[in-house]
Amino acid sequence: MEKASRPSQLFRNLSAKFAAIPMVLTALVIFVGCTVWSFVYSFTRSKLLPKPLFTTEDLFSIPMPTWLIKDGSFDVYYITGFVTKSFVGMAQYDRLWSNSRWLTSIENLALYAGFALVFSLVVGFILAAFMDQKIRFENTFRTIYLYPYAMSAIITGLVWQWILNPTFGIEKIVRGWGFENFEFAPLQNPDLVMFGILIAGVWQGTGFIMALMLAGLRGIDEDIWKASRIDGIPMWKTYIKVVIPMMRPVFVTTLVLITAGILKVYDLVVAQTNGGPGLSSQVPAMYVYSYLFTAQNLGQGLAASTMMLLGVLIILIPWTIIEFGGKEKR
Amino acid sequence: MTAIDVNIEAVEPRGTKPKKVLSNRNIMVYGVLIVAAIYYLIPLYVMIMTSVKGMPEIRMGNIFSPPVEITFEPWVKAWAHACTGLNCDGLSRGFWNSVMITVPSTIISILIASVNGYALANWKFKGANVFFTILIFGAFIPYQVLIYPIVLLLSQIGLYTKLAGLVIVHTVFGMPILTLLFRNYFISLPEELFKAARVDGAAFWGIFIKIMLPMSLPIFVVAIILQVTGIWNDFLFGVIYTKPANYPITVQLNNIVNSVQGVKEYNVNMAATMLTAIVPLVVYFVSGKLFVRGIAAGAVKG
Repeated sequence: MEKASRPSQLFRNLSAKFAAIPMVLTALVIFVGCTVWSFVYSFTRSKLLPKPLFTTEDLFSIPMPTWLIKDGSFDVYYITGFVTKSFVGMAQYDRLWSNSRWLTSIENLALYAGFALVFSLVVGFILAAFMDQKIRFENTFRTIYLYPYAMSAIITGLVWQWILNPTFGIEKIVRGWGFENFEFAPLQNPDLVMFGILIAGVWQGTGFIMALMLAGLRGIDEDIWKASRIDGIPMWKTYIKVVIPMMRPVFVTTLVLITAGILKVYDLVVAQTNGGPGLSSQVPAMYVYSYLFTAQNLGQGLAASTMMLLGVLIILIPWTIIEFGGKEKR
Repeated sequence: MTAIDVNIEAVEPRGTKPKKVLSNRNIMVYGVLIVAAIYYLIPLYVMIMTSVKGMPEIRMGNIFSPPVEITFEPWVKAWAHACTGLNCDGLSRGFWNSVMITVPSTIISILIASVNGYALANWKFKGANVFFTILIFGAFIPYQVLIYPIVLLLSQIGLYTKLAGLVIVHTVFGMPILTLLFRNYFISLPEELFKAARVDGAAFWGIFIKIMLPMSLPIFVVAIILQVTGIWNDFLFGVIYTKPANYPITVQLNNIVNSVQGVKEYNVNMAATMLTAIVPLVVYFVSGKLFVRGIAAGAVKG
């Protein structure tokens, strides 16, 4: 039986609890509930069926309307259907990891992530270091480096698609200078396409990394610089031996943020290549999308999305432990 | 969440001014910065130049050359006549859709998150931290995990493919970062204010409206910048949770440019790209340093 003090506990601070309802709902229904749902359904052979079926298995199915995008040319069909489910254990994961399209996606992502991390950290840090030299027009430079970050990844993808266009863009210009055999068509070349996307991704993202690094550099005590100057240590050495180690937390946080962002890369690829030529620039997010919404093969799409979540957790958990030492967050 | 000190305000150069203007060191520093600046500016330059050229000139010349003859025809066409599939009413439809998505999403998400952050900062109840922690970790969950169950939820309440559904989605996904932003801000306000108001008998809403709101204008501006650019630039949610008639501008832009039918009109494509970019660019150039604060806080979104 409930104690007498219980209701008063519950009704204390009522307005705050009322104000927190959206947060509680979002946390429980969306972030916990939907994640669990996706996880559970990744062990099923769920399909979206175009018409109602009433077998015993489908008594627990969920009716829903959805629509189908036909191979990117955006003819739209409305379909009312039912999600069926029957558990198949790890079958979706077995299929996933033997699907060459998924393996290509993972390879592409690894390649992209590796290069994007190195490039954006190195370029971002170098730019920040130069920006930190008490320069004039600092605001102007920062404005220029950061504006791509304000724009949609779709815009970034489309602009770079245009600049890298072999018929009109860089290739044509260099040929015009007399290098008749010059070839530069990364987006049309399956072996180079991820680098074409990388150029655009780095263009959009490094300004932000620069801003984070600059904030980190500004947090470093001026006395460190004075001390190293008195000791006659060259500036580049001070950066490598003293400043960068001091900025370790900034680097770690930046690393986590970039990586978590890269895992989700989708818009940029859609706009720039739409996964092509062929399947050569597929990324995991695209795989999930096409299995969920085009192929209507839910179990497979959800298995892939669960692997993406796993990827995030692999980065996030060690970081949380390092950053917060296992203690409660502030 | 971000352990980084986001205070980028202190940009005033410190120490004595350098004496020589054209020292080797200066040449290198400015050389690197200017070369980098050119790399960052090229796409914007190419976009604008291409969008005011005629198609014959594009075929003849190169993408970097300035236009011989400036024409605004591509802009007009992109705005009013560009085709996506069977619709040929231009990007204007997507533009107004995006306005209709962005305005309510921004207002609602900020209202909810500000009250929420205030409750977390000043009226902590039992279990509040648990939900807050879930919320912050939720920001790292790949959207691909959540999109499908949300489709199901929205269709259950009859809002799937409706604008209202998309507004809910933006509110939900904006909540972690906005709540964090407001909570941290309200915590930084002096507690005496809050205590004095309580002694005077003010309650939850009274303190929020009369004391907290007037003091938190800057953080609201940061939140607005964050949400307007974020929601305007969204592609994934737009394509999933709306139907073609309601597609936001980013989705329509992609459909126009990457459409496989017809002759490619690169000048119209670039004009459409510029039209899509204008809103976030204006927000960016007007807001200046506040934008940096916003994205530094919004980095959790990834």
